[in-house]
Amino acid sequence: MIQFHNITKRYPGGFEALNNVSLNLQAGEMAFLTGHSGAGKSTLLKIISLIEKPTRGQAILNHINLNNVPNSRIPYIRRNIGIIFQDHQLLFDRTVFDNVALPLIIQGYHHLETAKRTRAALDKVGLLHKEKSLPITLSGGEQQRVGIARAVVHKPMLLLADEPTGNLDPVLSREIMQIFIDFHQVGVSVLVASHDLSLIEELQKPVVTLNRGKIIHNDLEPVDV
Amino acid sequence: MSDNKHQHRPNALNRFSAWLLHHLQSLVFSLGKAYRSPSATLMTVAVIGITLTLPSGFYLLLKNIQSISGDLRSSTQITLFLDMKLSLDSARQFNAQLKQHAEIADTRFISREQALTDFKQTSGFGKSLDHLNDNPLPHTVIVIPSTELDTLAIKTLLSRLESMAEVDIAKLDTEWLERLFTIVEIAKRSVIIISLLFSFAVLLIIGNTIRLDIQNRYQEIIVTKLIGATNAFIRRPFLYSGVWYGLFGGLLSWLIVELSIIVLSGQFDSLSLLYQSQYTIITFSFSDFLIITGCSTLLGLAGSWLAVARHLNEIEPK
Repeated sequence: MIQFHNITKRYPGGFEALNNVSLNLQAGEMAFLTGHSGAGKSTLLKIISLIEKPTRGQAILNHINLNNVPNSRIPYIRRNIGIIFQDHQLLFDRTVFDNVALPLIIQGYHHLETAKRTRAALDKVGLLHKEKSLPITLSGGEQQRVGIARAVVHKPMLLLADEPTGNLDPVLSREIMQIFIDFHQVGVSVLVASHDLSLIEELQKPVVTLNRGKIIHNDLEPVDV
Repeated sequence: MSDNKHQHRPNALNRFSAWLLHHLQSLVFSLGKAYRSPSATLMTVAVIGITLTLPSGFYLLLKNIQSISGDLRSSTQITLFLDMKLSLDSARQFNAQLKQHAEIADTRFISREQALTDFKQTSGFGKSLDHLNDNPLPHTVIVIPSTELDTLAIKTLLSRLESMAEVDIAKLDTEWLERLFTIVEIAKRSVIIISLLFSFAVLLIIGNTIRLDIQNRYQEIIVTKLIGATNAFIRRPFLYSGVWYGLFGGLLSWLIVELSIIVLSGQFDSLSLLYQSQYTIITFSFSDFLIITGCSTLLGLAGSWLAVARHLNEIEPK
């Protein structure tokens, strides 16, 4: 699903966020990405979601070389990914339902199909009864679940989560992680960046650890040459 | 695994109807957004409306001036003082002959006797003129040129008439008319310049409004881009906002001008009465209405397009 071949990312100004990183997440696999803040977790996720381009090396997502994707193609590639943000990035001027339906509207689904899938996604995160609420009226954990529903509503092949439990208490964090595991069990590839080490240990999934832009621990299969 | 997921993606026909639907949604959404912040919307629309009032008002003024000066042109007369030696019969015959002329709309014949009687009545010299042995006045033909003739053609006609043997003097007082036409021409060009300038101002106003709107929705744009929205998708509601601003601004300017006419029409009627004229003020026709609202809508679209093209591409998730 994701293959990194000797990826180096240097930001303007010389800061090297990633240094010669190679990684192989197979289709349907779930892994955690850990490391201190500034270790390069976010940069790695940004390269996959086409926000940043690698300075050196090759990044491949589902057989597409991300190094030479024209700008006009970027939206279509992003539609294969569901992204979950730490601060969930909901749109506060519209209802929970409209937030979750957005990816389907963008992709041009029929409105009946959109309604059906949106309700299914909300049901999956246990928030169907809140579909008409505005996000501001929800708790932090509920907002994050709306964010997850929005990320999965279009059935992406890959889920990326950047510190999804960063602002949540341990009980809520475990609930959120369980939702990711549920998606992994139905065949979705999942990559979660988190520094909640105790929770990660508990879940017993492969872990990739970054330190100052280098991989210092990798449970995943090595990259095939 | 990717393939069976893709089976659920909408087909081309569905995508097209969804595309149409999104256009409709953007149209309604941008209208709803305008409705939800009425004071901001009203201010923008008012600025656009007032700005457009000047060119559309001038346009209407010009239309009226052109119509009045057109009336004046049709009142252009050439006065022919005929040769003193011409008998009454041959003068009448000459008049009849002129009437047949293609470039002449009408003529009026005044015999020298008639001219003297008229002069006695209107000049106030009355009795003193009785002492004249001879009638010093010639037979006169007043020629009204065809309305299709322009100033130059009228002048050619004048010199042709003057060269005729029966005519002693041909007189046309056109100088003031030419001045008027030149002024009208200057006014016409000024209206074009003013319209262009003010259209440009509207373009900038709408562009700036949309730019602020884009800045306010910065976060939303980033999120939708990350979810996989194309630039066209993000652009759409902003373009429709511009269209609404333009349309409503155009409607407002039309309304302002129409109301001004109602306010002014009383004064105008008394003025036209003083000139013993039947002139009624020309208001906007339906096609004028369509032109004003159409142009302002286009300006709205163009202004928002400029803003969107300049600022939307700058916003990329970081």
